[in-house]
Amino acid sequence: MLELKNISFNVADEKGEKDIITDVSLTLEDGKFLVITGPNGGGKSTLAKLIMGIEKPTGGKILWNGTDITDMSITDRAKLGIGYAFQQPPRFKGLSVRDLLSLAHGSDLPEDQCCAYLTQVGLCSKDYLNRQVDSSLSGGEIKRIEIATLMARDLSLAIYDEPEAGIDLWSFNMLVESFKAITKTRKESMVIISHQERIMKIADEIAIIANGVVKKKGPTAEVFPELMAEFDNTCSFR
Amino acid sequence: MNKTELHMLEAVADLHGVPQGAYNIRKNGEGAGRQSTANITIETKTDKPGIDIIVKPGTKNESVHIPVIITQSGVEELVYNDFFIGDDADVLIVAGCGIHNSGDAKSEHDGIHRFHIGKNARIKYVEKHYGEGEGTGERVLNPVTEIFMDENSFCEMESVQIRGVDSTKRNTTARLEKGARLVVLEKLMTHGNQIAHSDMVIELNGEGASSQIISRSVAKDNSEQVFYPRAVGNAACRAHVQCDSIIMDDAKIRSIPEIAANHCDANIVHEAAIGRINNDQLLKLQTMGKTEQEAEEIIINCFLK
Repeated sequence: MLELKNISFNVADEKGEKDIITDVSLTLEDGKFLVITGPNGGGKSTLAKLIMGIEKPTGGKILWNGTDITDMSITDRAKLGIGYAFQQPPRFKGLSVRDLLSLAHGSDLPEDQCCAYLTQVGLCSKDYLNRQVDSSLSGGEIKRIEIATLMARDLSLAIYDEPEAGIDLWSFNMLVESFKAITKTRKESMVIISHQERIMKIADEIAIIANGVVKKKGPTAEVFPELMAEFDNTCSFR
Repeated sequence: MNKTELHMLEAVADLHGVPQGAYNIRKNGEGAGRQSTANITIETKTDKPGIDIIVKPGTKNESVHIPVIITQSGVEELVYNDFFIGDDADVLIVAGCGIHNSGDAKSEHDGIHRFHIGKNARIKYVEKHYGEGEGTGERVLNPVTEIFMDENSFCEMESVQIRGVDSTKRNTTARLEKGARLVVLEKLMTHGNQIAHSDMVIELNGEGASSQIISRSVAKDNSEQVFYPRAVGNAACRAHVQCDSIIMDDAKIRSIPEIAANHCDANIVHEAAIGRINNDQLLKLQTMGKTEQEAEEIIINCFLK
């Protein structure tokens, strides 16, 4: 179980200190799928980075299965089975897709398994196994490979930071199908930062983060219709 | 050969003992083994130190290994090796020099390699440089490579220097005739107080000649690197020069790619970049359970692979 207890994160700017996350408390039960959504700049990605350890909170505690991991390094959190898919995945000169998947897996990954992960994210495995993870890949390709790197791991908690960002409509369709397939077979807990209705609909729970605080959190069946209704009522000329 | 010598042979030529095919092994300034084949003849030069390697026209799928190892401190040598590759031949040439210096005197090997590649011939030339040893004596390697490429010939040259060479001055020139293609892949890592200097001049003289130069380097500690690749288009030709370096610690790198066109249909491009290891790359590998140091090693090894 993941527990965020009164998490705050602030950064120094020219006016002094700026709050990015303020006193956020959230719980994610084992095996649940949570979508975190909300307006841009509201603190969603920061929250994902705080869970992975890429950023350290300025206040509060993060517990993973009852253990305080607040001060734990990224490496140690990864060893506990926490994984993170970047919104803008880095590229590596000289590293093949197969090398990257093997690194994620922790040992040399057989070709058929590599192919299975690539197929799940909608990539024709034969074309990609020996491709370099460098600037020759398009934005959509690198995002899908990023998702495959999480599949190649034995995770307890998978965090995806806006998997839909920067990819085209066709790739996005494939992505939604991939997540649908993952949710059928997965055992791990999942957190996806997303703005997309189609991803929200397949989640167990939705949390709305705005201005660094949790505006609402609850089961998808409850939060999703409210969120949609909010958008329907924004035009005062109706 | 003793254990150190066998280790050096493996480091510079991936050899576990005597190779198949034609070979010439030079050890501490003297010949330590040679074999010619029906199609490849190796002869000692009569006018200066070095060898001539003559590959008969039409020779296919054969290899030549000419490793040099220096295990005595204080050996300094200059050798001339000329390769005459007959028309239509297709061969692999593996050179390389390893210095194990456990003394206080400088050990230096300066090899001048000239390749005369015949019409439609193809070669892959691999050259590895490596140094080790607990002594304070300098390990110096100054290779000169001159490549003359006849019509429609192909040459892929891979030069690798990963460890232990204190000082290197590398000088490569190539002249390409009509339809010839040259691919150069240079991989270099320097550490400590090492200095590496690489000069390259590629002249594309014939119509349809093409060249691709890729230089990848990593400079660590207080080491210094200078790259000066030049591509000169004298005909309707294509050339691409790419220098990519990772800089770490207190190292210094200068990269000066130069392109020149003396013909209106010459198409020549260069790219050069020097930068630290990208922080997101380190973070990504850390999120896979690697430590920062492990991540750094993986990134460097891939970059130089």
